[in-house]
Amino acid sequence: MTLTCITNGILQDPANDIDGEVRNVWIEDGRVVNAPTDPGRRADKTIDATGMVVMPGGVDMHCHIAGPKVNVARKMMPDDKRTAEPVRRTALTRSGTTGSVPSTFATGYLYAGLGYTTAFDAAIPPLLARHAHEELEDTPIIDKGFYVLMGNNHYLMKQLQENEPERLKSYVGWLLNSTKGFTAKLVNPGGVEVWKSSGGNATSLDSTIDHFDITPRQIINGVATAVDELGLPHPVHIHANNLGVPGNYNTTLDTMNALEGHRGHITHIQFHSYGGDPDDQSTFCSKVPDLVEYVESHPNITVDVGQVMFGNTTSMTGDGPLGYFLHKVMGRKWFSGDTEMETGCGIVPITYKNKSLVHAIQWAIGLEWYLLMQDPWRIAMSTDHPNGSSFRAYPEIIALLMSRDRRREMLARVPGGLKERTTLADLDREYTLNEIAIITRASPARMLGLKNKGHLGIGADADVTIYQPNEDYQRMFELPRYVIRRGEIVVEDGEIRSNAEGRLLHVAPKYDDGAIDNIREWFEKNYTIQFRNYPVDENTLHEREVIGS
Amino acid sequence: MSIAEQPPTTETPELKIVKDATCTFCGCVCDDMELTVEDNHITKAKNACVLGKAWFFNHHIEDRPEATIDGQPVTYEAAFDKAAEILFNSKNPLTYGMSDSTSEAQRVAVAITDWIGGNLDTTTSVCHGPSGMAFQGVGEVTCSLGEIKNRADFLIFWGGNPAESHPRHFTRYSLMPKGEFIPKGRKGRTAVLIDVRKTKSAKAANEFLQIKPRSDFELAWAMRALAKGLKIDPKIEEKTGISLETLTDLMDRMKKAKFGVILFGMGLTMTRGKHINTEAVLSLARDMNRHTRWNARALRGHGNVSGADNVVTWSTGYPFGVNLGRGYPRFNPGEFTSSDVLAREEADAALIIASDPMSNFSQPAREHLAKIPSVVLDPKLSDTARTATVAFTTATYGINTPGTVYRMDDVPIPLRPAFESPYKSDYEILKEIERRIRAKQLGV
Ligand code: SF4
Ligand SMILES: [Zn+2]
Repeated sequence: MTLTCITNGILQDPANDIDGEVRNVWIEDGRVVNAPTDPGRRADKTIDATGMVVMPGGVDMHCHIAGPKVNVARKMMPDDKRTAEPVRRTALTRSGTTGSVPSTFATGYLYAGLGYTTAFDAAIPPLLARHAHEELEDTPIIDKGFYVLMGNNHYLMKQLQENEPERLKSYVGWLLNSTKGFTAKLVNPGGVEVWKSSGGNATSLDSTIDHFDITPRQIINGVATAVDELGLPHPVHIHANNLGVPGNYNTTLDTMNALEGHRGHITHIQFHSYGGDPDDQSTFCSKVPDLVEYVESHPNITVDVGQVMFGNTTSMTGDGPLGYFLHKVMGRKWFSGDTEMETGCGIVPITYKNKSLVHAIQWAIGLEWYLLMQDPWRIAMSTDHPNGSSFRAYPEIIALLMSRDRRREMLARVPGGLKERTTLADLDREYTLNEIAIITRASPARMLGLKNKGHLGIGADADVTIYQPNEDYQRMFELPRYVIRRGEIVVEDGEIRSNAEGRLLHVAPKYDDGAIDNIREWFEKNYTIQFRNYPVDENTLHEREVIGS
Repeated sequence: MSIAEQPPTTETPELKIVKDATCTFCGCVCDDMELTVEDNHITKAKNACVLGKAWFFNHHIEDRPEATIDGQPVTYEAAFDKAAEILFNSKNPLTYGMSDSTSEAQRVAVAITDWIGGNLDTTTSVCHGPSGMAFQGVGEVTCSLGEIKNRADFLIFWGGNPAESHPRHFTRYSLMPKGEFIPKGRKGRTAVLIDVRKTKSAKAANEFLQIKPRSDFELAWAMRALAKGLKIDPKIEEKTGISLETLTDLMDRMKKAKFGVILFGMGLTMTRGKHINTEAVLSLARDMNRHTRWNARALRGHGNVSGADNVVTWSTGYPFGVNLGRGYPRFNPGEFTSSDVLAREEADAALIIASDPMSNFSQPAREHLAKIPSVVLDPKLSDTARTATVAFTTATYGINTPGTVYRMDDVPIPLRPAFESPYKSDYEILKEIERRIRAKQLGV
């Protein structure tokens, strides 16, 4: 086995309490190993990192990179790609297109190019899981997985209605095994079902859901309980109700309360931190301080941000009624796609303008989240790619967090009204490299329960990013000197050196298979495919790893 | 080399039942087939419609060489080498077809085309290409077939004749089934057929609106206006053959429906106006959401044409009509679509997968295709296979090979092969060709 040594790098490995020490990292067989005890044993390969910053590979815990809705967005928007720099074919690598929704091969290369080695798609309808797997297999280099949409699932809602928590739990276990997914995802719980059946929405956690006579609160609590009892590595992943609506911070507080102490991850919380009157845009403002206070005092909760950056992008969501709302606001083309028994989907092109006070407030709210949360271990960087912006904006966001001056420059270019509506202008905090390493790799890996990711201790996956320090932090994070995945150099000075497949990460929780007959009976009545053709056959999957238990 | 030359099997033929098999003959992709296999023949196909039965029963292993070069039987190995050589040496190759193959094979076909910098196109460019372009214009409000089954109380079939083209659509997905919220099945639904002629589907519908040829756009536009509450010139009847009174009444009922769907076929997308017709219908379905839930859905033809759209899109960013000649994908229907690339005599080699352009392309396109070296994969000796430089006989997807097929509503369905074919699958053949091309490119 090749023994590799990354020598003399300045190590940022917060999970192992290493903050800027010069250390060697030894790698064998794709993992970090101890330095050889035999003094005669030399590294077969040395990567000289003298003067460079060495971090674990980045982990994106919430993005939309594969599967049905991502692909529909690609199909719908040739215009988005015409002026975007394409990814050219090389002797080793495939070609692709970029824009806000890159093609699969391009997605893998672009993530790797930024020093990211793991990413999770956040919203896959179970019926279409096979499609997501095919795309993930065509997304090279990075390790990947997805969350399974369950917040508007008919079987699940029926079990809540009939007060059958054990069956609900077995179903969640069965569904994750069938789809080879990573955790349960709730998107506008209950609200999407209301949209599908009547064109409406659920506006509060106590709204009644048509046909099922239950509430979003019950869905959140029921699934959070099931996920905890199944012992999944990552908790229920929640896109709360009322996304984007002024005054929705109350719904967000309600959502966190509905967990009743169960673990829960509140995603793209930026979009859920708004004050003001839903019927009066002029009252729109930030409620981040209230929410931060709640999150910091409730250790069962973690968040990712969903940062908005200015420019063109695509909104894509399992939140059908949100898609319709955005279509009405933007007046632009709109895709809506409802999947039987399971979920909806909305896609709308969107432009965030720095001259728009509302958009500027959204931008500022994201930054407030990073800057107000004292504990970086409970927050992860995300743009909810491509919703707030592309994942390719991460270096710019890092620069904004690390430099107060850079934020001030941006603040000078947004409407003045921002100052009364957010606290951003008053925040002097500047992130350290160590804190950046936490929110971009160590904390998301920990939230996901990935024991071998997000750190470089013994036994960790040898996913390493090596940066050349630069006063311009954006530049530094845009162009890593080396990116290493499982011990192999995959990027060197921006050149992709690998077309490796990457690995699927999924869970396989144990559940009571006595529940299957009941699931089957319901399934055969309602779906349009055969029960036996629903589960994804593991023999059709590429290299994979079961996480947890 | 010929299969007939192999020693016959001595075992007694066993009777085998394959449950939950999938019919790939049309875009319905019914996955509830129960196939009885006797001696490498399918003798029963429970649940299949007439088209499906024909598909299964007419499938038998033909006595054909595994491959030919210029019509002469050769081994697969020799054919792989020759195919790789043709494609590797071409400057502007064309890959076409793919819609009657698994998505696994489609992915390899796309990879080959990427590596050699060719044109990449599917049968979408000759069937629902205009819907694809309409979609890029206005988007689409749509749903899976099960949503229709479970919720739709109002159906409009427009320019399509599912009774003959998708025989189980009515019974399985749209008109007849009892659904979760449509407990009465057929009685719980209203169905309207809009078409230029009275097809077999008219009998199944509650109402048939016979419109004048080439007036789909005008009709859809008038309905959009009515949906918005605008006044319409009664002359609409002269243009479309449908009176204002009929239209107004229809619109009233559409607004009162709980969940409506417009299912459109090639009668809409391939008549005058093409993509603007589809844009008008997609816009109508979208606008109706101001009143109640409405969706639109195309009735796609070939088994896995939706898979081809998906695979080409996720790999390149565009659904069809893609050129990779500059080392990255460019999209331009009309320029990079197969019939155009051929008719302009630009392609210098072709890779045709499970499709028969020699029987349906324009004469100039056919003439050029016959002139250039071509590699053709087909289970049958099609016109295109007959003119091929290298022709591979392939196993039939779904009957002999596993893999994934996307239903017309993009739901991916796994295949359960009924029996083994002596021939290789598209996937296996394309993989071998890819491996050889890569070896040449990387000099290994
Ligand atoms: S409807 Fe189509 S897919 Fe279904 S059995 Fe008939 S031909 Fe086959
Ligand atoms: Zn998201």
